[in-house]
Amino acid sequence: MKWIVGLFLAVAAAMLCVSFCPWGRGGRGHAINCVGSTSVQPFAEMLSQEFDALHTGQMVDVQGGGSTAGLQAVAENIAEIGMCSRSLKDDEARKFTGIPVAMDGLAIVVHKSNIVNGLTLDQIRAVFRGTITNWRRVGGEDLPIRLITREEGSGTREAFFKLVMEAKDKHAATALAGAAGKKRAPIRIYRKAMTQESNGAVKELVKHDRGAIGYMSLGLVKGELKILAVDGVYPSLENVTGKRYPLMRPFLYVVKGKPSAGAQAFIDFTLSPAGQQLLVKEGLISVR
Amino acid sequence: MKEATKDTCISLILLAVAMSAIAGLAVIAAFIFREGLPIMFKVGVREFLFSSAWYPGEGRFGIFPMIIGSLAVTVGAMLIGGILGLGCAIVLTQFCPRRLADFLKPSIELLAGIPSVVYGFIGVVILVPLIAEYLGGPGLSVLASSVVLGVMVLPTVTSISIDAIQAVPRAYREGSIALGATQWQTTHMVILKAAWSGIIAAIILGMGRAVGETMAVIMVAGNTLDLPHSILDPVRTLTSNIALEMGYAAGDHRKALFATGVTLFVIIMALNILALMVSRRRARRVGA
Repeated sequence: MKWIVGLFLAVAAAMLCVSFCPWGRGGRGHAINCVGSTSVQPFAEMLSQEFDALHTGQMVDVQGGGSTAGLQAVAENIAEIGMCSRSLKDDEARKFTGIPVAMDGLAIVVHKSNIVNGLTLDQIRAVFRGTITNWRRVGGEDLPIRLITREEGSGTREAFFKLVMEAKDKHAATALAGAAGKKRAPIRIYRKAMTQESNGAVKELVKHDRGAIGYMSLGLVKGELKILAVDGVYPSLENVTGKRYPLMRPFLYVVKGKPSAGAQAFIDFTLSPAGQQLLVKEGLISVR
Repeated sequence: MKEATKDTCISLILLAVAMSAIAGLAVIAAFIFREGLPIMFKVGVREFLFSSAWYPGEGRFGIFPMIIGSLAVTVGAMLIGGILGLGCAIVLTQFCPRRLADFLKPSIELLAGIPSVVYGFIGVVILVPLIAEYLGGPGLSVLASSVVLGVMVLPTVTSISIDAIQAVPRAYREGSIALGATQWQTTHMVILKAAWSGIIAAIILGMGRAVGETMAVIMVAGNTLDLPHSILDPVRTLTSNIALEMGYAAGDHRKALFATGVTLFVIIMALNILALMVSRRRARRVGA
């Protein structure tokens, strides 16, 4: 009996120690936390490894969670750098500084066996609104279209929403602006769309479903899926660097106020020729 | 120190430890109710529970499809896990050589130790393509989640059913055999009848686990916002709704997710109380 009590107290004491120990978190020195978009995450991880190899003594911890979660983490001082895969909204731009580190294309992806090579922006919108539900109607086989979307709040989803779903409606809105703010039907992604919570999950699903269509970061497709041309422009390297491809979005680092020396060093590294080259090699477009 | 004082000391410490576990429950309950209830009343409890419009961006929160989704998946899981689990329990206690049972029972209990991501991953990689190929539909479906959850609840259902069956007094079994009943007649006419309430409790506890499971379900359920019309349709459950969107949600959206949690909490509490009542009734009857 006695030893049980002893053991119990020992465990309790040990737990207390661990939770209060300064070295319990973060390892050597003070690591820069970099939190946010799962689209930016793999690239930031690579950058942090390269950065570590430079032996500056500065550690960078990269975590996912999503663009909006990243912003929240920065706002609450949990992270020094947020990663964001969409442009900042107006109220966010007032609170944070966004530093573009690369441009990424938004790829419209389908199964490799799909015979459709491209869609217009209007067609993509109709597909994701659920008004076109069969591939036959856009020149494909007689197969039901299965939509794959991202979860509410994802940077990729918001970029897609802005670039595709709202694209034409903006024109309509400005034209109608005088017309007494008539209430239009809200723009929505079709409710039968299947929701996945990362680029990887979208990719996995599209890879195995002949009727699937989804959208994801161009840099992460890596040849495993078929990428559609949008409005006749295929997101090839030239088209993307030449800004002819319509679905482009920035990857941002987001900071609040003036970043610390360590965070600044990592940002500088990302923007340096070496860092940018790394991103280009992985399929992104340099901001330089 | 006198032995008596030492005793009181230790019992006080242990009481404090036990109470801290219950305090945990109380704090969690208080927190999610505080965060979730106001939005439920703001939206209107009926609108919240029975409307199918979940458009957080537009401030519309209706979780009806997710309640149905959770129920469908749970019922499916219990059909699979309940039948298999009860079958296992019967075989292991009645028809199986002792040494084989000594090997099989721990193996089944080992299933409880596999992380749920692993179940989800196996589901996505093996089960989902199989369903898509042979039964049609997108593969991510009520059926896939039911099968995965059915396997996950197997250890719970099996081991509690085994306990219930073993709690049946030996005399019942011996009496029945002595009257000339075969082993199967004894099992289903005497033993199962006597152990029935324990088995029901096992199934209800299994249901609690199935309703609450998140990770594996997110991976194989497809997470649409729409009501499922067949077992091959994708669904979104209450748990996956919370987990998918929590990372990004702010304001009312976040509160609505807590309200989803409140709904889930109430369902699981009800199930647990039901299980407790059923097993109490058994305890009284066996005692009498």
